[in-house]
Amino acid sequence: MAASTDTTAGKTGFRAWLNKRLPVDEFVDSQLIGYFAPKNFNLWYFFGSLALLVFVIQILSGIFLTMHYKPSEAMAFDSVEYIMREVEWGWLIRYLHSTGASFFFIVVYLHMFRALMYGSYRAPRELLWILGMLLYLALMAEAFMGYVLPWGNMSYWGAQVIVTLFGTIPVIGPGIVEWIRGDYGIADSTLNRFFALHVIAVPFAIAFLILMHLVALRQTGSNNPDGIEIKAKTGADGKPLDGIPFHPYYTVKDIVGVGVFLLFFCGVIFFVPTFGGLFLEKPNFEPANALSTPEHIAPVWYFTAFYAMLRAVPDQQMGALLMLLAIVVLFFLPWLDRSPVKSIRYKGWISKLALALFVVAFVALSYLGLQPADGLYVILARIFTAVYFAFFILMPWYTSIETCKPAPERVSYHA
Amino acid sequence: MSDENATPDDADLSRRKFLTVATAATGAVGAAFTLVPFIASWKPSERARALGAPLEIDVSKLEPGQMITKSWRKQPIYVVRRTPESLAKLGGHDGNLKDPKSEASDQPAYAKNDMRSLKPEVLVLYAACTHLGCLPKQFFTVADPAMGADWPGGFFCPCHGSRFDLAGRVFNGSPASANLRVPPHKFESDTMLVIGVDATQGAA
Amino acid sequence: MRKSVVIAALGLALALTSSLGFAAGSGPHAAWMDWKPGNDVSNIASLQRGAANFMGYCAGCHSLKYNRYSRVAADLNIPEEQMEKLLLLPGTKKGDYMISPMQAVDGEAWFGKAPPDLSLITRSKGSDYVFQFLKTFYVDPKHPNGTNNLALPGTAMPHVLSALQGLQEAKFETVEKTVDGAKVSESHWQSFELASPGQLSAEEYDAFLRDTVNFLEYAGEPYKAKRQSLGVWVILFLLVFTGFAYLLKREYWKDVK
Repeated sequence: MAASTDTTAGKTGFRAWLNKRLPVDEFVDSQLIGYFAPKNFNLWYFFGSLALLVFVIQILSGIFLTMHYKPSEAMAFDSVEYIMREVEWGWLIRYLHSTGASFFFIVVYLHMFRALMYGSYRAPRELLWILGMLLYLALMAEAFMGYVLPWGNMSYWGAQVIVTLFGTIPVIGPGIVEWIRGDYGIADSTLNRFFALHVIAVPFAIAFLILMHLVALRQTGSNNPDGIEIKAKTGADGKPLDGIPFHPYYTVKDIVGVGVFLLFFCGVIFFVPTFGGLFLEKPNFEPANALSTPEHIAPVWYFTAFYAMLRAVPDQQMGALLMLLAIVVLFFLPWLDRSPVKSIRYKGWISKLALALFVVAFVALSYLGLQPADGLYVILARIFTAVYFAFFILMPWYTSIETCKPAPERVSYHA
Repeated sequence: MSDENATPDDADLSRRKFLTVATAATGAVGAAFTLVPFIASWKPSERARALGAPLEIDVSKLEPGQMITKSWRKQPIYVVRRTPESLAKLGGHDGNLKDPKSEASDQPAYAKNDMRSLKPEVLVLYAACTHLGCLPKQFFTVADPAMGADWPGGFFCPCHGSRFDLAGRVFNGSPASANLRVPPHKFESDTMLVIGVDATQGAA
Repeated sequence: MRKSVVIAALGLALALTSSLGFAAGSGPHAAWMDWKPGNDVSNIASLQRGAANFMGYCAGCHSLKYNRYSRVAADLNIPEEQMEKLLLLPGTKKGDYMISPMQAVDGEAWFGKAPPDLSLITRSKGSDYVFQFLKTFYVDPKHPNGTNNLALPGTAMPHVLSALQGLQEAKFETVEKTVDGAKVSESHWQSFELASPGQLSAEEYDAFLRDTVNFLEYAGEPYKAKRQSLGVWVILFLLVFTGFAYLLKREYWKDVK
């Protein structure tokens, strides 16, 4: 009797029929119930599942927006107002998408910060971190192109500034810029191709990267706030002593996370969708005008930290390079951190100070990127840029020399 | 071999079941409500409704025997000013019609008469053959050579040969089986025809 | 300890950066920049008056190309019979967009700039700006219209509402400043003085503007009232859902020791 391949043992009817053809129960048993996650997950561990939720919201709202939106220079702006006013519930679908974009970055930044705090990028999770960084890049590209689509005045001028940056690439720069635009300036061709990429190509890439990210997580198992490997201490049954089945414990906990998230999310959508001009910027309520630049060109808030770094450097080419380096350096994090422990809980005071200063720098740079680039603002941008890079560049040094607390044997968990 | 983290025996299973059902039910209700805006967004938009608003036509501009074609809600409409002679011709050929009393055809109650109209002179029809939807051509001339000596005047569909009289009623021998459909319409005044509003009720 | 360090650092960042809020900006801060309309978009009566004001004084030149007469009438509870008298421009039907009869080419020829569409003016420039713009016209013989404006200096728009507000003169004060070592003379607005009165008193004119700006704010986002009222229900529902979810979570997590 081939008992091991009889996956329908004890099941009746439809369930047996289905499991003979698709490994449904097997998947649930091995990947959800059989997957043991550390029991000491705290608040910071909600943001992965929330990122997935926002992705789904963006896809759903995005699909329904594409049903009414017209990706042409002549009709784009009008079609957005058509959606807002004349399509039944169009205003809600639009606000879901615009608020979703900003919340995607809020959630992702908090998700990344968790990794920074607890050393989730350390071996054996380096590839998990790199896949996450690739997701971050894809998300930035998606958000940038999405912002151009309403064809407001900030859409136009933001595209103008960012696409021009590619001109700083040596030798091939100017050719690349014209190639990206498909015209001699930001034009209908640019809008249409950004639409195609934003709706089809990049979402597919993101979906694939999310899958790989989850597979990589499954392979190594999750890290935890204490930064210790729970698989090191297993019980007589081979299961980690500090682990609990993902289902039902974390499925049920993540649902609470979803509820709380939706409270904030809907609070914004229904009461402050523009969020004081941060989520939907004022100049973008005017149609694109090649002859009239907005008073302050600024990207949406989630890019402004990097924008501040760009403007901190007097030379455009160097500024673009610095901005690129700010993101590239994040890829190397797993190899910059030489600490004997993973989690900030057990690192020395230098690491704690460094991380705190990094956060201050990032927040400050984000604020500075929204302000005009003159006077005190530029000086501060330079200082905080230096702090940002120091966090990474000095890391091999301060993580080696500082005195750390010993990592515990078992996770700290209080019921 | 005990599983340290298995469901303990003292777990309150009935409370768990209640809370699971409560959460799932609330979630399902929320999901259903969330679906509503997405599904509703497919309904005709304000713009579609405005473009599909009732159409006003001044019939006093029509010559007797003249037909005009108008579009209402993306469908072509024929408005015909029938002559007294063609009206007289409507009575004599009930035997040649598939549905002389419009029992099996689609028209508003006020058009279910021999004239198939509110006013005898003004005929309003959807310009779509009831067979497969082609635009019927006008052949108003009595005894038109192409149609035969006893042709009372009417419509001929070029696609498959269906023939209709000047009240839109289908002749025997046609592939079509129902009379031409009549859209909702009313007369705002003696000369102002409004297509898209029923004579007895509100707007379609 | 780590958490408190992070919080302290964030607080420092916030304090530092908020104190910079005042540092930059174009020009000195004048009192008129604080004038606010004080309008309430849920006040239907105000919106009705504003709609009438707009049709009477603005619609001749300015379009609301994303708004329809029928939608405005429905949202503002204007009955159909009155809609035609109050809202419809000659030759328009109730389902039409509210397009001004002035052609852009004519506007450009007559004023130097075509009067812009106002559907989104309060969303792109703000209700405060629109209110201030309509309040700060002053006599200025140097300009072709005979008037200038503080909120939009050099505006091509004449003071259309001068019959209501009257005409005011602006008092400026010349201030000497040293900028980068060089002496600079700046002209700072001090006050307005009514040169010739209009039909309305100052308070009446403010009320007129409040209603008109209110209507423009409605026109910028007609679904705002519905959005907010629906939002209350959504939040209440989510509180119930999250409540159940939390109790469920707590129940299961009793297992975890």
